[in-house]
Amino acid sequence: METLVMRAGGWLVVALLAFFALAYSADAGFAVHMGIVMLAALITLVVTLRGADYGAIARGVLRVPADQSKYDDDPIRWGVIATVFWGLAGFLAGLYIALQLAFPALNLGLEWTTFGRLRPLHTSAVIFAFGGNALIATSFYIVQRTCRARLAFPALARFVFWGYQLFIVLAATGYLLGITEAKEYAEPEWYVDLWLTVVWVSYLAVFVGTIVKRSEPHIYVANWFFLSFIITVAMLHLVNNLSLPVSFLGAKSYAAFSGVQDALTQWWYGHNAVGFFLTAGFLAMMYYFVPKQAERPVYSYRLSIIHFWSLIFLYIWAGPHHLHYTALPDWAQTLGMVFSVMLWMPSWGGMINGLMTLNGAWDKIRTDPIIRMMVMALAFYGMSTFEGPMMSIKSVNSLSHYTDWTIGHVHSGALGWNGMITFAALYYLTPRLWNRQRLYSLRMVNWHFWLATVGIVLYAASMWVAGIMQGLMWREYGSDGYLVYSFAEVVAAMFPMYVIRAAGGVLYLGGALIMAYNIAMTIAGNLRTEKPMTETPYNEAADRPLVPVAAE
Amino acid sequence: MSTLAHKHKTLERNVSLLGLFAFLAVIVGGLVEIVPLFWVKTTVEKVEGMRPYTPLELAGRNIYMREGCYVCHSQMIRPFRDEVERYGHYSLAAESIYDHPFQWGSKRTGPDLARVGGKYSDEWHVQHLTDPRSVVPESIMPPYAFLKEHELKAGDMTAHLTTLADLGVPYSKDDIAKANADLLAQADPEADSADLLKRYPKAQARDFDGDPKKLSEMDALVAYLQMLGTLVDFKAAEGQEKPR
Repeated sequence: METLVMRAGGWLVVALLAFFALAYSADAGFAVHMGIVMLAALITLVVTLRGADYGAIARGVLRVPADQSKYDDDPIRWGVIATVFWGLAGFLAGLYIALQLAFPALNLGLEWTTFGRLRPLHTSAVIFAFGGNALIATSFYIVQRTCRARLAFPALARFVFWGYQLFIVLAATGYLLGITEAKEYAEPEWYVDLWLTVVWVSYLAVFVGTIVKRSEPHIYVANWFFLSFIITVAMLHLVNNLSLPVSFLGAKSYAAFSGVQDALTQWWYGHNAVGFFLTAGFLAMMYYFVPKQAERPVYSYRLSIIHFWSLIFLYIWAGPHHLHYTALPDWAQTLGMVFSVMLWMPSWGGMINGLMTLNGAWDKIRTDPIIRMMVMALAFYGMSTFEGPMMSIKSVNSLSHYTDWTIGHVHSGALGWNGMITFAALYYLTPRLWNRQRLYSLRMVNWHFWLATVGIVLYAASMWVAGIMQGLMWREYGSDGYLVYSFAEVVAAMFPMYVIRAAGGVLYLGGALIMAYNIAMTIAGNLRTEKPMTETPYNEAADRPLVPVAAE
Repeated sequence: MSTLAHKHKTLERNVSLLGLFAFLAVIVGGLVEIVPLFWVKTTVEKVEGMRPYTPLELAGRNIYMREGCYVCHSQMIRPFRDEVERYGHYSLAAESIYDHPFQWGSKRTGPDLARVGGKYSDEWHVQHLTDPRSVVPESIMPPYAFLKEHELKAGDMTAHLTTLADLGVPYSKDDIAKANADLLAQADPEADSADLLKRYPKAQARDFDGDPKKLSEMDALVAYLQMLGTLVDFKAAEGQEKPR
């Protein structure tokens, strides 16, 4: 009873505080956000009260503890659905802004729908909403299985899920309203940052708590990656978002650092959002789902130790390669370049460990579309972790920086590596979490695979051409010693590339829609009657050893 | 090798140690690269002419950030022949010393803006922001016609300047006390802006958006664009610059 009163009272206090903040807010955007917070607190209050077991409270008995012999999978089921939903939202936003670059009329002349406001919406939706939900859901799934223990702090785990969704809603609505710190991938304002900090610390508590109560003596390698990802993201988030609000009842704040120092702090954060959010966390997914789906052990235990420690140590240094030839001191640029090139090795260590796990099961690439997705994810991981170090070399960067080549590079990593490994994990998880015999349709997985792959190829190829063309046109001198092209001419030359890129986006989004349908039907409990994917010919007569026969 | 793997088992069995070692591994890079920037003196070499933003320029800069201009426009000219010829003298560290946060950008979907100030007339900027393709047919920039309709609601500029002063921007007591009056005076041709211009050298005071009766968001944004890169006098330093 007391806990119920405490919890309900707590949410009521949050709702009231949000109401007062709304009433006294300094600007309209902050008022809208406080309205959203108040609504979220009220909904939580109602759910808390309605979900209470009054019978048990009346009897003065604690609620029956959940079945300890089963894993706590509710937040993971929600996470799977949220990942699919935010993925679709993020891909759609990406396609829309890609089309805006080809057809600027799509900016619609409204302040809420300009490229400048929608682009952070797209990047945050795919990185933090799609990627973040995938990471939280899979980490909760994997940590329970590999520790043979139920989630620690079940109520806190639910708070992590819903608190994270509130963070996403506040960030996304903020971008549309023009509430931003204007630091790439760290755009949410100070109060949203504080909220995320609370959620993230809770996430760390649930994750570490579960490891502490494990039944297995060893902590599995996937959990090393998850742990380093959670700790590092907390550190990056706190330092890069240091800022001073103008008013505690307004959205606006000013960053604590300025100029050079702010630039390097930002890219120390920005590059390691890639390094830890999109790499370490997703490598953890790889280390669980690839061996599981292939039914083979991880290729090399020693390689996993070496590449884990070298990856997390080296990644942090690579930030300055985003600032080559800028006003950042040369020594920092050179350091960033050297460490970025070194980073190639541990990155490929992870790729090799993943690919070689298929040793003895290579035929599954032919027979199992989920394995095929994982292999494609690892191939793209390997490709973009080669491309990255190459682009961080100063002379290459002098051409590639500021161009669409960077955009292509990011997407071969995001669509190819993060997207594909997440889709594979979702296909692995759904039948198991909802207790289904199998996925609704494996053939649809195959369609998804090919649509996504062709989509990425169109995307990456068009952006390579666009980027290199831009870089060369900007620096082209005629025999008269003057620059050949005006900036506007280079913009015009991009048009066909932007259209091809958008076409790639259509294919990728199409694949994701097929996935959403497939997963929805699987959850509904349907099985599609379809021909099996492969019918490998089998000849019983030929399936026996050759016996040597003595010569006549 | 086998001994290393053997020793590693200690970490694999203790989550606190594993977390601690992971944290130690990830903190080194940032400490070595970022911390020295705050005390190595040559990081930001002093130049003459830099001053904090006027309240109107600051309000314009906040609109620049709000609209996500940094997503497509850089403010960082690299020391290459083509960039220097296209955009002007390469950017100096000191030129963004009062930028909380920095707006160097990472992508040039549109051209660099570090020295756009004074390159075009106010009328051109207003026309271009209202309907970009009416002046640059190839442009793919979104239209920002709504800026001229929106009255500038910058909030209490005293609070804004105080916040920045707390972060180390050298606004004087006078600057902070007169912040709200300065905001209005800079875009009002009727107002006496002599005091403002004395405290903020090279500030440009006039009506920017073509509508002197109204202080719009367009006024603030154009005031900001027109001052970008104009503070440091590179002509005066030309003789002393060493070829790189």
